[in-house]
Amino acid sequence: MTVGLSLGIVVGYLLFALAVGLVAYRVSESTAEDYYLASRSIGTVVLLFTTFATLLSAFTFFGGPNLAFAAGPEWLIVMGTLDGVLFAVLWYGIGYKQWLIGERHGYVTLGEMLGDRFGSVGLRALVAGVSLLWLFPYVMLQQMGAGEALVGLTGGTVPYWGGAALVTVFMILYVVLAGMRGVAWTDTVQGLFMLSVVWIAAIWVVSAVGGIGAATGAMVEARPEFGSFGGGVYTPGFIISTAITIAFGVTMFPQINQRFFVAESDVVLKRSFALWPVLVLLLFLPAFMLGAWAVGMPVEVPEGANVLPVVLAEYTPTWFAALVVAGAMAAMMSSSDSMLLSGSSYFTRDVYRPLVGTASERREAWVARVGVAVFATLAFVASLFRPGTLIEVGDTAFSGFALLALPVICALYWDRTTRTGMVVGVAVPQAVYLLVVLSSVIPFVPTLPATLAGGWDVALGLMVLSAVLTVGVSLVTTPTADGDASRFAVAGD
Amino acid sequence: MRSWRDLLWIPTFTVLVVLAVPWPLWGVDRVLAGFPVWIWWHVAWLGLCAALFARFVQSGAWERVMGLDPDARGDL
Repeated sequence: MTVGLSLGIVVGYLLFALAVGLVAYRVSESTAEDYYLASRSIGTVVLLFTTFATLLSAFTFFGGPNLAFAAGPEWLIVMGTLDGVLFAVLWYGIGYKQWLIGERHGYVTLGEMLGDRFGSVGLRALVAGVSLLWLFPYVMLQQMGAGEALVGLTGGTVPYWGGAALVTVFMILYVVLAGMRGVAWTDTVQGLFMLSVVWIAAIWVVSAVGGIGAATGAMVEARPEFGSFGGGVYTPGFIISTAITIAFGVTMFPQINQRFFVAESDVVLKRSFALWPVLVLLLFLPAFMLGAWAVGMPVEVPEGANVLPVVLAEYTPTWFAALVVAGAMAAMMSSSDSMLLSGSSYFTRDVYRPLVGTASERREAWVARVGVAVFATLAFVASLFRPGTLIEVGDTAFSGFALLALPVICALYWDRTTRTGMVVGVAVPQAVYLLVVLSSVIPFVPTLPATLAGGWDVALGLMVLSAVLTVGVSLVTTPTADGDASRFAVAGD
Repeated sequence: MRSWRDLLWIPTFTVLVVLAVPWPLWGVDRVLAGFPVWIWWHVAWLGLCAALFARFVQSGAWERVMGLDPDARGDL
């Protein structure tokens, strides 16, 4: 009965979210266009929340609380620092500059911008290809999160693959039915919903265990090291390299990077920037503290389940726990959807169009949809192997994106950057990192270390390498005739 | 006109990023008003960041360094 009720609520909510997305798309087609063209009044909220929607993923709702539960609440510091502060600074350094350039030349994707600046179709396809590569584990992460969430909510009655399959089907349905542009403001609605629900959940659970002081007291009693800052997996090396790789990675995320182009005015960018640290904290604080407090609660977290649904199932009514999980899954789905949509625009514009040739609009839309379905299905199959924890898989994806960031910053700010410098600076670190990642999932190859002494991430070293290669190779090569540094100028005519 | 004061934002941002992690409280396990004291540091720090970010945006420093006219662009 209880399991039936939970499942009914989850599936019902997913269907409801799908219907809302569908109706929103049909009704608001002109409004969405309007947003892309001029409407300043909704700009800030939509930009803020579609960016925020990237945080509304399995990485935040399930991976974060799981890590806080296993290793301590320091995860709040790591995520707050990287997302609330470092990413915000990069938002200006990369985002604003990209926006100014995009405003002048009408670019829609990162690959398009770089390809045009350096006069290179190859670079354009390389950047798009690399982005699509790392999008794969991130989509997979959503499927893993959904699978684990349903195991936790139903006490194992619904198998892991069932939850993962459920969210995959809805992901594909969402993209194919709700289409290309309608998602942005359903992200906003879902973001507000989840933000409120996480707070209600935290207040509910905390009052059930006797207040914040009691919750923290029980946590420290069960795991004394949780109360002190640092220790365990949280070495300075881990904190610094995780914060840096994820923050730089987020800026190269297709759907985030694309938001830098579509902001309607600089006011929108500025307002979002100033509000960002507070918004981030509002989401992370209750979500991660619930995970950390759970160690002091009399709850049993089954192997392979997420801690958050287990805590909710213990302290809140079944319908509420199911609603939170459903809301989280729906939010994950809609953000996966924006990721897949941005990914498909990378694919059609930067890979398919330059390499295969311009096709009719109908054909291109068709290619994009089939591409999304194939991509999501492959990610589902890979998610069944569960190659790591949610945090590990997410971190891999972010690090892969992070390796793009420094060459891009170099191109944005240094006129002397050459095409060869860019290609080498992007391709070499990517190839090395891919080797490291693959060696950990392919059984018969010796695993290359992903972290070095004290939790330092190899990806951080590769980021340095990407910068050194981009600058070094640019210095020893001459700019090609097809390149045009003035494309990136933002002042004067 | 570029101003040396605009460049002060660079060390400011560096400090904001570096100390968002409560390094001085490494190993401290005091609990204050229900939370470990280093969580309060972080919460207060992000509040400070939001305030200074708003200040930075209003100052027009970024536009000046980019060679743009800050007055031609919108304010908050």
